[in-house]
Amino acid sequence: MLAKRIIACLDVRDGAVVKGVQFQDLANAGDPAALARRYNTEGIDELVILDVTATIENRRALADTIRRVSAELFIPLAVGGGIRSEADAAAALDGGADKVALNSAALADPALVTRLARRYGSQAVVVAIDARRDASPGSGTGERFAVFSRSGSTATGRDAVDWAREAAVAGAGEILLTSIDRDGTRAGFDCDMTAAVSSAVAIPVIASGGAGTFDHFYDVFTAGRADAALAASIFHFQERGVATLKAFLQERGVPVRQG
Amino acid sequence: MRIAVVDYRAGNLTSVLKGLTAAGASPFVTEDARDVEDADAVVVPGVGHFAATRAIGDTMRAALASAIERGRPVLGVCLGLQFLFDGSEEAPDLPGLGVLPGRCVLLRGDMKVPHVGWNTIARRRESPILAGVREGAYVYFTHSYAAPAGEGCVAATTYGMPFAAVVERGRVFGVQFHPEKSGEDGLRILRNFVALC
Repeated sequence: MLAKRIIACLDVRDGAVVKGVQFQDLANAGDPAALARRYNTEGIDELVILDVTATIENRRALADTIRRVSAELFIPLAVGGGIRSEADAAAALDGGADKVALNSAALADPALVTRLARRYGSQAVVVAIDARRDASPGSGTGERFAVFSRSGSTATGRDAVDWAREAAVAGAGEILLTSIDRDGTRAGFDCDMTAAVSSAVAIPVIASGGAGTFDHFYDVFTAGRADAALAASIFHFQERGVATLKAFLQERGVPVRQG
Repeated sequence: MRIAVVDYRAGNLTSVLKGLTAAGASPFVTEDARDVEDADAVVVPGVGHFAATRAIGDTMRAALASAIERGRPVLGVCLGLQFLFDGSEEAPDLPGLGVLPGRCVLLRGDMKVPHVGWNTIARRRESPILAGVREGAYVYFTHSYAAPAGEGCVAATTYGMPFAAVVERGRVFGVQFHPEKSGEDGLRILRNFVALC
Protein backbone atom coordinates (compact mmCIF):
# COMPACT_ATOMS: atom_id res chain seq x y z
CA MET A 1 0.00 0.00 0.00
CA LEU A 2 1.26 3.47 -0.87
CA ALA A 3 2.63 5.05 2.31
CA LYS A 4 1.77 8.53 3.52
CA ARG A 5 5.03 10.45 3.39
CA ILE A 6 6.61 12.35 6.27
CA ILE A 7 8.78 15.10 4.80
CA ALA A 8 11.28 17.19 6.71
CA CYS A 9 11.85 20.73 5.54
CA LEU A 10 15.05 22.64 6.02
CA ASP A 11 14.49 26.38 5.65
CA VAL A 12 17.94 27.55 4.69
CA ARG A 13 19.40 31.05 4.62
CA ASP A 14 23.00 31.68 3.59
CA GLY A 15 23.83 28.01 4.06
CA ALA A 16 22.37 27.64 7.57
CA VAL A 17 19.05 26.17 8.64
CA VAL A 18 16.58 28.66 10.06
CA LYS A 19 12.93 28.39 11.02
CA GLY A 20 10.49 31.24 11.45
CA VAL A 21 7.03 31.81 12.79
CA GLN A 22 4.63 32.99 10.08
CA PHE A 23 7.63 33.60 7.81
CA GLN A 24 9.25 36.08 10.26
CA ASP A 25 11.73 35.98 13.14
CA LEU A 26 14.16 33.44 11.75
CA ALA A 27 16.05 31.60 14.44
CA ASN A 28 19.14 29.54 13.78
CA ALA A 29 18.54 25.79 13.83
CA GLY A 30 21.77 24.28 12.57
CA ASP A 31 23.86 22.84 9.79
CA PRO A 32 21.80 21.43 6.89
CA ALA A 33 24.13 18.52 6.11
CA ALA A 34 24.17 17.43 9.75
CA LEU A 35 20.37 17.55 9.93
CA ALA A 36 20.04 15.67 6.62
CA ARG A 37 22.35 12.96 7.93
CA ARG A 38 20.20 12.55 11.03
CA TYR A 39 16.94 12.44 9.07
CA ASN A 40 18.34 9.85 6.68
CA THR A 41 18.95 7.45 9.57
CA GLU A 42 15.76 8.31 11.46
CA GLY A 43 13.40 7.23 8.68
CA ILE A 44 12.23 10.49 7.14
CA ASP A 45 10.76 9.78 3.67
CA GLU A 46 11.89 12.87 1.82
CA LEU A 47 13.74 16.11 2.37
CA VAL A 48 12.93 19.61 1.16
CA ILE A 49 15.42 22.46 1.21
CA LEU A 50 13.74 25.85 0.96
CA ASP A 51 16.00 28.83 0.47
CA VAL A 52 13.75 31.27 2.32
CA THR A 53 15.56 34.49 1.58
CA ALA A 54 17.12 33.71 -1.75
CA THR A 55 19.19 36.52 -3.19
CA ILE A 56 21.78 36.60 -5.92
CA GLU A 57 24.55 36.81 -3.31
CA ASN A 58 23.72 33.56 -1.58
CA ARG A 59 23.13 31.45 -4.69
CA ARG A 60 26.56 29.92 -4.33
CA ALA A 61 25.77 29.05 -0.72
CA LEU A 62 22.62 27.26 -1.89
CA ALA A 63 24.42 25.26 -4.58
CA ASP A 64 27.00 24.24 -2.01
CA THR A 65 24.25 23.27 0.46
CA ILE A 66 22.53 21.08 -2.17
CA ARG A 67 25.78 19.28 -2.94
CA ARG A 68 26.64 18.74 0.71
CA VAL A 69 23.16 17.53 1.63
CA SER A 70 22.64 15.25 -1.40
CA ALA A 71 26.02 13.61 -0.95
CA GLU A 72 24.72 11.69 2.06
CA LEU A 73 21.10 11.27 1.09
CA PHE A 74 19.51 8.29 -0.67
CA ILE A 75 15.94 9.51 -0.41
CA PRO A 76 14.24 12.11 -2.61
CA LEU A 77 15.48 15.68 -2.23
CA ALA A 78 13.51 18.72 -3.38
CA VAL A 79 14.88 22.24 -3.55
CA GLY A 80 12.89 25.47 -3.64
CA GLY A 81 13.35 29.17 -3.14
CA GLY A 82 14.77 31.38 -5.83
CA ILE A 83 14.14 28.96 -8.73
CA ARG A 84 13.20 31.51 -11.38
CA SER A 85 14.41 30.04 -14.65
CA GLU A 86 15.33 26.83 -16.42
CA ALA A 87 18.96 27.61 -15.61
CA ASP A 88 18.18 27.86 -11.86
CA ALA A 89 16.32 24.54 -12.01
CA ALA A 90 19.15 22.90 -13.95
CA ALA A 91 21.69 24.09 -11.37
CA ALA A 92 19.66 22.56 -8.52
CA LEU A 93 19.00 19.26 -10.35
CA ASP A 94 22.57 18.89 -11.58
CA GLY A 95 23.76 19.60 -8.05
CA GLY A 96 21.89 16.57 -6.74
CA ALA A 97 18.27 17.61 -6.20
CA ASP A 98 15.58 15.27 -7.57
CA LYS A 99 12.84 17.89 -7.71
CA VAL A 100 12.59 21.65 -7.83
CA ALA A 101 9.78 23.57 -6.14
CA LEU A 102 8.57 26.65 -8.02
CA ASN A 103 6.48 29.32 -6.34
CA SER A 104 6.57 32.97 -7.47
CA ALA A 105 8.18 32.08 -10.80
CA ALA A 106 5.38 29.63 -11.64
CA LEU A 107 2.74 32.24 -10.79
CA ALA A 108 4.48 34.78 -13.01
CA ASP A 109 5.03 32.32 -15.87
CA PRO A 110 3.06 29.03 -15.75
CA ALA A 111 4.72 28.02 -19.02
CA LEU A 112 7.97 27.61 -17.04
CA VAL A 113 6.31 24.63 -15.30
CA THR A 114 5.55 23.11 -18.70
CA ARG A 115 9.05 23.69 -20.05
CA LEU A 116 10.65 22.09 -16.98
CA ALA A 117 8.22 19.14 -17.05
CA ARG A 118 9.06 18.51 -20.72
CA ARG A 119 12.76 18.66 -20.03
CA TYR A 120 13.00 16.75 -16.73
CA GLY A 121 9.63 15.00 -16.38
CA SER A 122 6.73 16.05 -14.17
CA GLN A 123 8.15 14.07 -11.24
CA ALA A 124 10.90 16.70 -11.01
CA VAL A 125 8.54 19.69 -10.85
CA VAL A 126 6.73 20.67 -7.66
CA VAL A 127 4.55 23.77 -7.57
CA ALA A 128 4.65 25.36 -4.12
CA ILE A 129 1.58 27.35 -3.14
CA ASP A 130 1.52 29.66 -0.10
CA ALA A 131 -2.06 30.51 0.82
CA ARG A 132 -4.15 31.84 3.68
CA ARG A 133 -7.81 32.10 4.55
CA ASP A 134 -9.01 35.19 2.77
CA ALA A 135 -10.63 37.24 5.53
CA SER A 136 -10.57 40.50 3.62
CA PRO A 137 -13.85 42.47 3.60
CA GLY A 138 -15.99 41.86 0.55
CA SER A 139 -14.40 38.49 -0.14
CA GLY A 140 -17.69 36.74 0.52
CA THR A 141 -17.80 33.66 2.70
CA GLY A 142 -14.16 33.79 3.81
CA GLU A 143 -13.74 30.23 2.53
CA ARG A 144 -11.55 31.26 -0.37
CA PHE A 145 -7.86 30.41 -0.03
CA ALA A 146 -5.85 33.41 -1.18
CA VAL A 147 -2.50 32.71 -2.83
CA PHE A 148 0.52 34.88 -1.93
CA SER A 149 3.86 35.09 -3.68
CA ARG A 150 7.30 36.34 -2.68
CA SER A 151 7.55 34.49 0.64
CA GLY A 152 3.99 35.35 1.58
CA SER A 153 4.38 39.09 1.08
CA THR A 154 2.44 39.74 -2.13
CA ALA A 155 -1.25 39.01 -2.75
CA THR A 156 -1.79 37.47 -6.18
CA GLY A 157 -5.57 37.55 -6.44
CA ARG A 158 -5.46 33.81 -7.15
CA ASP A 159 -7.37 31.09 -5.34
CA ALA A 160 -5.34 28.07 -4.19
CA VAL A 161 -7.74 25.47 -5.63
CA ASP A 162 -7.87 27.13 -9.05
CA TRP A 163 -4.13 27.68 -9.17
CA ALA A 164 -3.40 24.08 -8.13
CA ARG A 165 -5.64 22.82 -10.96
CA GLU A 166 -3.89 25.07 -13.47
CA ALA A 167 -0.45 24.01 -12.21
CA ALA A 168 -1.36 20.33 -12.58
CA VAL A 169 -2.51 20.91 -16.16
CA ALA A 170 0.71 22.84 -16.86
CA GLY A 171 2.72 19.76 -15.87
CA ALA A 172 3.40 19.94 -12.13
CA GLY A 173 4.03 16.52 -10.59
CA GLU A 174 3.12 17.53 -7.03
CA ILE A 175 1.67 20.44 -5.10
CA LEU A 176 3.37 21.67 -1.92
CA LEU A 177 0.62 23.59 -0.12
CA THR A 178 1.63 25.83 2.79
CA SER A 179 -0.83 27.55 5.09
CA ILE A 180 0.62 30.97 5.90
CA ASP A 181 -1.84 31.29 8.79
CA ARG A 182 -0.52 28.12 10.41
CA ASP A 183 3.17 28.33 9.46
CA GLY A 184 5.30 27.97 12.58
CA THR A 185 2.31 28.19 14.95
CA ARG A 186 2.14 24.44 15.76
CA ALA A 187 -1.65 24.86 15.82
CA GLY A 188 -2.23 22.06 13.30
CA PHE A 189 -2.34 21.87 9.49
CA ASP A 190 -5.14 23.65 7.65
CA CYS A 191 -7.06 20.45 6.89
CA ASP A 192 -9.94 22.18 5.11
CA MET A 193 -7.64 23.95 2.68
CA THR A 194 -5.58 20.80 2.10
CA ALA A 195 -8.67 18.68 1.46
CA ALA A 196 -10.06 21.27 -0.94
CA VAL A 197 -6.87 21.28 -3.02
CA SER A 198 -6.23 17.53 -2.76
CA SER A 199 -9.76 16.73 -3.98
CA ALA A 200 -9.39 19.09 -6.92
CA VAL A 201 -6.22 17.63 -8.46
CA ALA A 202 -5.06 14.14 -9.48
CA ILE A 203 -1.45 14.77 -8.41
CA PRO A 204 -0.13 14.31 -4.84
CA VAL A 205 -0.53 17.17 -2.37
CA ILE A 206 2.00 17.82 0.37
CA ALA A 207 0.52 19.67 3.35
CA SER A 208 2.71 22.18 5.13
CA GLY A 209 2.40 24.70 7.95
CA GLY A 210 1.23 24.13 11.50
CA ALA A 211 2.59 20.73 12.54
CA GLY A 212 2.76 20.64 16.32
CA THR A 213 1.54 17.26 17.56
CA PHE A 214 1.27 13.70 16.24
CA ASP A 215 -2.52 14.15 16.08
CA HIS A 216 -2.02 16.97 13.57
CA PHE A 217 -0.37 14.51 11.15
CA TYR A 218 -3.18 11.99 11.65
CA ASP A 219 -5.75 14.72 10.98
CA VAL A 220 -4.11 15.97 7.77
CA PHE A 221 -3.72 12.41 6.38
CA THR A 222 -7.38 11.59 7.08
CA ALA A 223 -9.63 14.68 7.12
CA GLY A 224 -7.09 16.71 5.13
CA ARG A 225 -6.67 14.01 2.43
CA ALA A 226 -2.96 14.86 2.20
CA ASP A 227 -0.59 12.47 0.42
CA ALA A 228 2.38 13.77 2.39
CA ALA A 229 2.95 16.10 5.31
CA LEU A 230 5.88 18.40 5.77
CA ALA A 231 7.28 19.85 8.96
CA ALA A 232 10.38 21.67 10.01
CA SER A 233 10.68 22.71 13.62
CA ILE A 234 8.94 19.66 15.07
CA PHE A 235 11.87 17.60 13.76
CA HIS A 236 14.76 20.08 13.99
CA PHE A 237 14.71 20.49 17.70
CA GLN A 238 14.45 16.77 18.43
CA GLU A 239 11.24 17.18 20.36
CA ARG A 240 9.80 14.06 18.80
CA GLY A 241 11.41 11.31 16.80
CA VAL A 242 10.30 10.45 13.28
CA ALA A 243 10.10 6.75 14.21
CA THR A 244 7.76 7.51 17.14
CA LEU A 245 5.53 9.58 14.86
CA LYS A 246 5.37 6.74 12.33
CA ALA A 247 4.54 4.17 15.01
CA PHE A 248 1.74 6.46 16.22
CA LEU A 249 0.28 6.73 12.70
CA GLN A 250 0.68 3.01 11.95
CA GLU A 251 -1.26 2.11 15.12
CA ARG A 252 -4.11 4.28 13.92
CA GLY A 253 -4.28 2.69 10.50
CA VAL A 254 -2.36 5.29 8.48
CA PRO A 255 0.08 3.45 6.16
CA VAL A 256 3.66 4.66 6.64
CA ARG A 257 7.05 3.35 5.59
CA GLN A 258 8.79 1.53 8.41
CA GLY A 259 12.55 2.06 8.07
CA MET B 1 34.12 -2.78 -12.81
CA ARG B 2 33.00 -0.27 -15.42
CA ILE B 3 29.26 0.25 -15.66
CA ALA B 4 28.00 2.23 -18.65
CA VAL B 5 25.01 4.43 -17.83
CA VAL B 6 23.16 5.14 -21.07
CA ASP B 7 22.38 8.85 -21.51
CA TYR B 8 19.44 9.43 -23.83
CA ARG B 9 18.41 12.79 -22.34
CA ALA B 10 15.61 11.33 -20.23
CA GLY B 11 16.11 13.04 -16.93
CA ASN B 12 18.87 13.65 -14.50
CA LEU B 13 21.58 11.05 -14.01
CA THR B 14 23.26 12.55 -10.93
CA SER B 15 21.39 10.39 -8.42
CA VAL B 16 21.83 7.14 -10.38
CA LEU B 17 25.58 7.74 -10.59
CA LYS B 18 25.77 8.56 -6.89
CA GLY B 19 23.83 5.39 -6.00
CA LEU B 20 25.99 3.12 -8.18
CA THR B 21 29.14 4.68 -6.75
CA ALA B 22 27.86 4.13 -3.20
CA ALA B 23 27.24 0.50 -4.22
CA GLY B 24 30.92 0.12 -5.08
CA ALA B 25 30.86 0.53 -8.87
CA SER B 26 32.66 2.94 -11.21
CA PRO B 27 29.83 4.17 -13.40
CA PHE B 28 30.30 6.44 -16.40
CA VAL B 29 27.76 8.23 -18.54
CA THR B 30 27.79 7.66 -22.28
CA GLU B 31 25.79 8.24 -25.45
CA ASP B 32 28.26 6.15 -27.45
CA ALA B 33 27.21 2.62 -28.48
CA ARG B 34 30.86 1.50 -28.52
CA ASP B 35 31.15 2.28 -24.80
CA VAL B 36 28.12 0.10 -24.17
CA GLU B 37 29.71 -2.73 -26.19
CA ASP B 38 32.90 -2.49 -24.14
CA ALA B 39 31.42 -2.03 -20.66
CA ASP B 40 31.31 -4.77 -18.02
CA ALA B 41 27.67 -3.94 -17.33
CA VAL B 42 25.02 -1.49 -18.50
CA VAL B 43 22.41 0.59 -16.70
CA VAL B 44 19.49 2.06 -18.67
CA PRO B 45 18.00 4.80 -16.46
CA GLY B 46 15.32 7.25 -17.45
CA VAL B 47 12.26 9.09 -16.25
CA GLY B 48 9.34 10.60 -18.06
CA HIS B 49 7.63 9.75 -21.32
CA PHE B 50 8.21 6.50 -23.23
CA ALA B 51 8.68 8.67 -26.33
CA ALA B 52 12.05 9.69 -24.83
CA THR B 53 13.35 6.22 -25.79
CA ARG B 54 13.17 7.39 -29.43
CA ALA B 55 16.58 8.91 -28.69
CA ILE B 56 17.98 5.38 -28.26
CA GLY B 57 18.92 4.93 -31.89
CA ASP B 58 19.46 1.74 -33.88
CA THR B 59 23.19 1.62 -33.12
CA MET B 60 22.61 1.88 -29.38
CA ARG B 61 19.80 -0.70 -29.56
CA ALA B 62 22.13 -3.09 -31.33
CA ALA B 63 24.82 -2.49 -28.70
CA LEU B 64 22.34 -3.21 -25.90
CA ALA B 65 21.11 -6.35 -27.66
CA SER B 66 24.70 -7.47 -28.12
CA ALA B 67 25.56 -6.82 -24.46
CA ILE B 68 22.54 -8.89 -23.41
CA GLU B 69 23.42 -11.69 -25.83
CA ARG B 70 26.95 -11.83 -24.45
CA GLY B 71 25.56 -12.19 -20.92
CA ARG B 72 26.57 -8.76 -19.67
CA PRO B 73 24.48 -7.70 -16.66
CA VAL B 74 21.94 -5.02 -17.61
CA LEU B 75 19.73 -3.03 -15.25
CA GLY B 76 16.80 -0.93 -16.42
CA VAL B 77 15.55 1.66 -13.95
CA CYS B 78 12.01 3.13 -14.13
CA LEU B 79 11.53 3.98 -17.83
CA GLY B 80 14.54 1.71 -18.37
CA LEU B 81 12.50 -1.24 -17.05
CA GLN B 82 9.60 -0.36 -19.34
CA PHE B 83 12.01 -0.22 -22.30
CA LEU B 84 12.84 -3.93 -21.71
CA PHE B 85 9.29 -4.86 -22.76
CA ASP B 86 7.69 -4.94 -26.23
CA GLY B 87 6.46 -1.36 -25.94
CA SER B 88 4.09 0.99 -24.15
CA GLU B 89 0.67 2.41 -24.87
CA GLU B 90 2.23 5.76 -23.91
CA ALA B 91 3.98 5.80 -27.32
CA PRO B 92 2.40 2.96 -29.32
CA ASP B 93 4.53 3.43 -32.44
CA LEU B 94 7.83 2.94 -30.57
CA PRO B 95 9.09 -0.59 -29.99
CA GLY B 96 10.88 -1.52 -26.77
CA LEU B 97 13.78 -3.96 -26.62
CA GLY B 98 11.42 -6.93 -26.38
CA VAL B 99 13.54 -8.80 -23.83
CA LEU B 100 10.29 -9.43 -21.95
CA PRO B 101 6.85 -9.91 -23.52
CA GLY B 102 3.97 -7.52 -23.08
CA ARG B 103 3.21 -3.83 -23.28
CA CYS B 104 3.26 -1.18 -20.56
CA VAL B 105 -0.08 0.43 -19.75
CA LEU B 106 -1.36 3.48 -17.89
CA LEU B 107 -2.03 2.66 -14.23
CA ARG B 108 -5.74 2.00 -13.82
CA GLY B 109 -7.98 2.21 -10.79
CA ASP B 110 -9.49 4.81 -8.52
CA MET B 111 -6.10 6.22 -7.54
CA LYS B 112 -4.08 9.36 -8.08
CA VAL B 113 -1.76 9.07 -11.08
CA PRO B 114 1.22 9.44 -11.19
CA HIS B 115 2.00 6.88 -8.51
CA VAL B 116 4.40 8.88 -6.35
CA GLY B 117 5.93 7.79 -3.09
CA TRP B 118 7.00 4.78 -1.05
CA ASN B 119 5.23 1.50 -1.72
CA THR B 120 5.91 -2.14 -0.88
CA ILE B 121 7.16 -4.90 -3.17
CA ALA B 122 5.94 -8.49 -2.87
CA ARG B 123 8.22 -11.30 -4.06
CA ARG B 124 6.92 -13.66 -6.71
CA ARG B 125 10.12 -15.71 -6.70
CA GLU B 126 13.69 -15.53 -5.46
CA SER B 127 16.13 -13.43 -7.45
CA PRO B 128 19.76 -12.46 -6.84
CA ILE B 129 18.80 -8.79 -7.33
CA LEU B 130 16.60 -9.00 -4.22
CA ALA B 131 19.05 -10.94 -2.02
CA GLY B 132 18.81 -9.69 1.56
CA VAL B 133 15.87 -7.36 0.85
CA ARG B 134 13.14 -7.83 3.45
CA GLU B 135 9.69 -9.01 2.42
CA GLY B 136 7.38 -5.99 2.27
CA ALA B 137 10.27 -3.53 1.90
CA TYR B 138 9.28 0.01 0.91
CA VAL B 139 10.84 1.57 -2.18
CA TYR B 140 10.34 4.93 -3.90
CA PHE B 141 8.20 5.07 -7.06
CA THR B 142 7.32 7.89 -9.43
CA HIS B 143 5.60 6.79 -12.66
CA SER B 144 2.28 6.72 -14.52
CA TYR B 145 2.75 3.70 -16.77
CA ALA B 146 3.68 0.21 -15.66
CA ALA B 147 4.73 -3.18 -17.05
CA PRO B 148 2.63 -6.36 -16.74
CA ALA B 149 3.29 -8.55 -13.69
CA GLY B 150 3.66 -11.60 -15.93
CA GLU B 151 6.67 -13.41 -17.37
CA GLY B 152 9.94 -12.35 -15.77
CA CYS B 153 8.27 -10.63 -12.81
CA VAL B 154 10.15 -11.44 -9.59
CA ALA B 155 8.39 -8.87 -7.39
CA ALA B 156 5.11 -7.03 -7.90
CA THR B 157 3.52 -3.92 -6.44
CA THR B 158 -0.18 -3.15 -6.39
CA TYR B 159 -1.41 0.37 -7.00
CA GLY B 160 -4.90 0.24 -8.42
CA MET B 161 -3.62 -2.85 -10.29
CA PRO B 162 -0.67 -5.21 -9.82
CA PHE B 163 2.36 -4.40 -11.95
CA ALA B 164 5.97 -5.54 -12.30
CA ALA B 165 8.18 -3.83 -9.71
CA VAL B 166 11.23 -6.03 -10.35
CA VAL B 167 11.91 -8.19 -13.41
CA GLU B 168 14.61 -10.69 -14.33
CA ARG B 169 15.48 -12.61 -17.45
CA GLY B 170 18.88 -14.21 -17.49
CA ARG B 171 21.31 -11.45 -16.58
CA VAL B 172 18.87 -8.67 -17.45
CA PHE B 173 17.10 -6.94 -14.58
CA GLY B 174 14.65 -4.09 -14.26
CA VAL B 175 13.22 -2.08 -11.37
CA GLN B 176 10.21 0.21 -11.78
CA PHE B 177 11.13 2.17 -8.64
CA HIS B 178 14.24 4.27 -8.01
CA PRO B 179 16.74 2.20 -6.00
CA GLU B 180 19.02 5.25 -5.79
CA LYS B 181 16.21 7.04 -3.87
CA SER B 182 14.98 4.09 -1.80
CA GLY B 183 17.17 4.32 1.27
CA GLU B 184 19.03 1.27 2.59
CA ASP B 185 16.89 -1.30 0.72
CA GLY B 186 17.53 0.51 -2.56
CA LEU B 187 21.28 0.59 -1.98
CA ARG B 188 21.19 -3.14 -1.24
CA ILE B 189 19.53 -3.77 -4.62
CA LEU B 190 22.23 -1.71 -6.36
CA ARG B 191 24.94 -3.58 -4.45
CA ASN B 192 23.33 -6.87 -5.55
CA PHE B 193 23.49 -5.74 -9.17
CA VAL B 194 27.10 -4.60 -8.85
CA ALA B 195 27.98 -7.98 -7.28
CA LEU B 196 26.68 -9.71 -10.44
CA CYS B 197 28.90 -7.64 -12.69
